[in-house]
This record gives sequence, C-alpha cells and structure tokens, in this order.
Amino acid sequence: MSMSEAEVRTFTINFGPVHPSAHGVLRLILELDGEIVERVDPHIGLLHRGTEKLIETKTYLQAVPYFDRLDYVAPMNQEHAFALAVEKLLELEVPRRGQLIRVLYSEIGRLLAHLMNVTTQAMDVGALTPPLWGFEQREKLMVFYERASGSRMHAAYIRPGGVHQDLPQDLIDDIATFCETFPKALADIDSLLTNNRIFKQRNVDIGVVGLDDAWNWGFSGVMVRGSGAAWDLRKSQPYECYAEMDFDIPIGKNGDCYDRYLIRMEEMRQSTKIMKQCIEKLNAPEGRGPVSSLDGKVVPPSRGDMKRSMEALIHHFKLYTEGYKVPAGEVYAAVEAPKGEFGVYLVSDGTNKPYRCKIRAPGFAHLSAMDFLCRGHMLADVSAILGSLDIVFGEVDR
Amino acid sequence: MDFILSALDYLLGIPILGWGTHVGFIYVALLLLVCLLVFTAFILLADRKIWAAVQIRRGPNVVGPFGLLQSFADLLKFAFKEVVIPAGADKILFIAAPLITATLALSAWAVVPVNEGWVIADLNVGILYILAISSLGVYGVIIGGWASNSKYPFLGSLRSAAQMVSYEVSIGLVIITVLLCVGSLNLSDIVRAQYEMGLAHMIGLPQLSFLNWFWLPLFPMFVVFYVSALAETNRPPFDLAEGESELVAGFMTEYSSTPYMLFMLGEYISILLMCAMTTILFLGGWASPIDLPPFTWIPGVIWFVLKLSLVFFMFAMAKAIVPRYRYDQLMRIGWKVFLPLSLVTVIVLAFILQLTGWGWHGGVA
Repeated sequence: MSMSEAEVRTFTINFGPVHPSAHGVLRLILELDGEIVERVDPHIGLLHRGTEKLIETKTYLQAVPYFDRLDYVAPMNQEHAFALAVEKLLELEVPRRGQLIRVLYSEIGRLLAHLMNVTTQAMDVGALTPPLWGFEQREKLMVFYERASGSRMHAAYIRPGGVHQDLPQDLIDDIATFCETFPKALADIDSLLTNNRIFKQRNVDIGVVGLDDAWNWGFSGVMVRGSGAAWDLRKSQPYECYAEMDFDIPIGKNGDCYDRYLIRMEEMRQSTKIMKQCIEKLNAPEGRGPVSSLDGKVVPPSRGDMKRSMEALIHHFKLYTEGYKVPAGEVYAAVEAPKGEFGVYLVSDGTNKPYRCKIRAPGFAHLSAMDFLCRGHMLADVSAILGSLDIVFGEVDR
Repeated sequence: MDFILSALDYLLGIPILGWGTHVGFIYVALLLLVCLLVFTAFILLADRKIWAAVQIRRGPNVVGPFGLLQSFADLLKFAFKEVVIPAGADKILFIAAPLITATLALSAWAVVPVNEGWVIADLNVGILYILAISSLGVYGVIIGGWASNSKYPFLGSLRSAAQMVSYEVSIGLVIITVLLCVGSLNLSDIVRAQYEMGLAHMIGLPQLSFLNWFWLPLFPMFVVFYVSALAETNRPPFDLAEGESELVAGFMTEYSSTPYMLFMLGEYISILLMCAMTTILFLGGWASPIDLPPFTWIPGVIWFVLKLSLVFFMFAMAKAIVPRYRYDQLMRIGWKVFLPLSLVTVIVLAFILQLTGWGWHGGVA
C-alpha cells in the first residue's frame, strides 16, 4: 500500500465530564491532529435539572430559589433578574433602600464570580496558588451572604418587591471595611499573574474573538467587552439605582483570553467602587426606610404586624399558600450578571404560577462557540479558553 | 569509603572491612538507600508544606507532630491498596514502568559524593554515568504511558519523550562548561576543584570559599541548569507530561497504589539527584561556605544536605508560583534559547580557558 492511500485518522479524546479543568460536568469531544485541535464538540446536559419546567409548577415566590442554583457562583444576580421580571408584570416599585441593597449584593456577586473565574483561569494554565488566595476573599463575601440571608450560597434573598430582610448596621460596616482591604488582596493576585511571562504566553492571542463574531455568537458581558464593545446593561439600560452610581466599563482591544482576564480584574475594582457608593447611600438619611414594597398583596407582612393586624395575618396566609396572582402578559428582564446578560422571559396567564419561564444564560451562548474558538489551537489552549469563557454548568444546563 | 566501612564496623561490631569490598559495598549502598528514602519522605512533606505556606494553607498537620509522619502514612496507604491494572493495558510493561523509573532514579545516586570520600562508586566518569542513567529515566515514562493503552497517558508519554530529550541536551552542555573548568569527569574532583581555585583565591581572600564555587563565574549556566533541571524532572512550570489541566495526570493517569507510589518516589529521587547535581556542580558540594572555624566544625555531609535543601526549596517555590508552559513554548525555550546559550558559553569558555590557562589541574586522571 502506498503512503497516499494510508488513511489519516484524527485522535479523538473525551475531555470530561470527569476532567480536572472541565469546570464541572462539561464533556468535550476533541479531535486532535497531534496536539492541534481540529474540532471541538461540546456535550452538555449532564447537570440538567429541568429548572424552567419546574418553575411552571411553583408559585412566583417558590421559583426564587431555583435561580440561586443556576450560576451558583453568583446566586443573587440571577434572583435579581427574576425579581425584576415579576416586578415589571406587577408594576411594583422597589423602595430606595431595597434597590441599594440589591445593587450592593449584585456587586458582591460579581466579585464572587470574577474571583472564582480569574483564579481558575490561572489554574487552567497551571498556576495553583491564585485560587487559594482568591478563596480567602470569597470566604469573606460568602459570610456577607450568610449574614444577610442565612445562607452562604442559595440565598433566596432578592425577592419580587425588594429584598427579604434589612441589613443590620454592623454588617454594612463590615462590608465597608472589606471594601477597604479588598483592593490590596486583589493587587496580590494581580502581582502573581498580570505580568507573569508564562501567564501572558498562555493567554495573549489565545481564543481571539472579533467584535462581529462576538455579536453573531450571541456573546454578552465580558466576552463582548473583551472584543472592544462598551456594552454593559448597567450603563446601557440602567436598572435599580445603577444610573446614579459612578463607575467605568473596562473594554479590551484584542478579544483574547488575556484581555478578558484584565477586564475581570478591573471590573472587580469597579465593583468595589460601586459597593462603597452603595454603603455611603445606605448610611445617608435618604437610604433609610423599607427594604421592600409595602404592597401587602405581594410582600408578606412583618412578624410584628401579623401579631396585631388581622389583615396582615390573612395576607401572610394567602401569600404562603396560594401565592400572589400576576397580571397576564409577557415580559423580558435582564441584568448584567458577572458572566454576561442574564435574562428571564416570563409569560404570565394571570394565575399564581408562571405559564412559562425561559432563562437566557450567558454561558450557554459562550460555550456554543467552543469549536469556533478552539479550532487550530493546541490541546493546552482548550482549557485556557474554557477558563476565560467563565462557564458554570448550573446555568448552561439549567 | 573506608571511613564509612570502619564506622559501620564499629557500630555493628562486624568486621565488614575484612569481608572484602563486595559485602562492604552492599552495606554502604543499603545505608545510602535508607538515608535517601527517609530523606525523601521528609522532602516530600517539605514540598507540600512550602506549597501550602505559599497558598495560605496549613498543609499536612495531622499525622505526627506538624504532620511529620505524613509521608509514612501515605506510604502505608499506597502499599495496602489494590493494584488496579486496566483491562486493555499490557500487564508486564505496565508494572515494569514504575519499577524502571524508581530503580534508575535510585541507582544514579551511586556516584554522588556527599562528603570527602563518602561515595559508593568513585567513578572517574561519574558525570557520564549520571547522564546515561537519567537519559534512561524517560523509558519509565514512555513505557508507562504507552502500556496504559489509554489516550491521556499516551499523550503524556509522547510529550515527556520530546521534553526530556530536549532538555538533556542543554543540561549536557551546561555540565560541559563545568567540566572544562575542572578537567575531570569525577564528581568528587569537581567539588575539590571548587576548594582549590576560584574567585576567592583570585582576590586573595581564600576564606570566603563560597566565592570560589562555580555558581558565580558560571552564573548564567547556573540558571540554565536550574531551569533545565526543572524541565528534566517534570516539575512545574514544565510538568507537561502530567499537566493536570490538560492531561488529567498524564502518563500516570491509569496508575494507582504501589506502582503510582513508585513513580512518585522515582520522581522525587530524581529531583533530589538534580538538587545534588546543582550542589556539586555549582555550590561547592560538601564545602563550607566560609573557611573559618565555626563553619568548618560542621561536617561536610551537613553542608551538603543544607545546600541540597536550599536548591530543593527553590524547586518547591517554582511549583507554587508559576503557571505551566504550553508544549510548543517549552520546546522553543529548550531549543531556541537554552541550547544556543549554553553552546555559545561552551565555545567562549573553552577559548578563555585555553588562552588564559585557567582551570584546575589537580585531577586524578
């Protein structure tokens, strides 16, 4: 047999679902030519729990905790999107203090997610120390979650109408202290990675996305900002009180993994800035007041009111058994979650349960571009690119 | 050699010296083996502790005081676990690979002098022996990866084959620069040369013997050797053969229990060997850093172990701090940076030595 007749077979390997850098339960089928990646076929669904369908059988309040379990790295940001959608249908106004607390905790969520992502991106290129340094900071943030909601991850804190409970003053003070110390910790991680030659060699010009491609693939968040578009829902269609916050949107030039890393680092600094402003506004006299809507038909009464008011007791009973009815209609609400545009498309038929709840998870669009991003790169770049996409399987598989 | 034998004579009350050299060799070899294995156990712990300290963790701290006995607990765990051999694997080669790795790593230590005269085989071509043995070391990795009959180990063994071969070339050239200065392939001679010549003698302060050692005049080569040693022993940032984020565990993916332990043991022994080589070639072996009484009272073997530990500390810190190179980047550094650099140094140094007549002239050969 002559050489020309020999059939050249690509080397196919299973990258995951049990692989140290598969970020959970991703399964990639890689076709390799030596170490060069010829084709990437992402297989998803190993963490599918049927969230959207389950929500159809739950009241609006009962649906909230499902959102914690989507992107479980920044739980409250998802709750936020759902709460915004329901509030739009109910035409409900959230009091100022409630809005400030929501913004504060959304930014804490952004820190949680970006810390996790930046450091695991470093781990995906072989640096094992940054994650441990990042976890120390994440631990503090999760304690803030716990002190506000009673839970470190699955908070169920941001609810339609406002937030569940007010923050104690000493928690606000502790978050203020954290905002002072955090930039130092961030600078430590920065010094370990940003100018590290090996880290740069592994990330610069890897996984380049042009702006047109970014739009065409349905990217959002850091993935489009990395390619140079200043697109951030907090600026372009401000929700809550983001309009009065002073912060910048970092954008990249090259759209490579390194730009995305730099953007996440800068966004963490900007988030700290927003948190400081929130705390200042929470401590000001205008920042006092109720944390959720006073509409008794949606937001449950306080424990004290229930002891004194018959009407409050009835409201409580109705809200925790039947729930509240939401006017028929459909609505799309989106927030700038750490990973991109996290949207909730809600269809209500006027009953106490959503007729349909479609969740737009940013990670799903990003993951779908794996083949486009990885083709022609080397095997080791697959994990670097995957790290820079910031994939969390809770939201991709839903 | 004789010193150790007579010490053993005294300790055991057996006339070993009189039994003839062969039996004596066995005793000394056993002694070295035991010391080396125990030392490795603590070096492993030190590696984990240093790593943990950088990462703001505590590291192993449960077994024994400060976790000192952790490695022994691990040894027991590995030894009592079932050896799992994958159905598709070649059984004989699968088992042989870790044995080859561990045996070769241990046997290289035969020519390493830890003090004046404390060496099992005082070969006049000791350096060649070490190069030969460490070149063979790649077989353990290749066979292990191939015999597993699995895709990640296969990729890992392919990578390591290319990697170890490329860095051996630059290591060889770096060693040649030292050999040019010494004029002998005997490892003890290399240390003796660092006693008797060098910068300290030139500036007329022979007491500052740490200035004599080759790390100073050959500093670029010292760095190249250190980095190549990292690559040669598959340590981060060159741990591509077992690169966790890409290849799961590389050539060791299918291994468990005792065979896995043998791989790890072989790996750490060769790391120690590289540390010892750095000590001998560049840091004056067993020589004390300052040739004055409080320092000279300390036995040479202690200095040797201290220097070796210092080099190992640098190995451990590198692991804790740096990310991992990509395969092509690793090859580029090896062939396009280190090889030309060490090649040019060899040529330039040879010229300098020839023209000035510097160098050591007291070797056995």
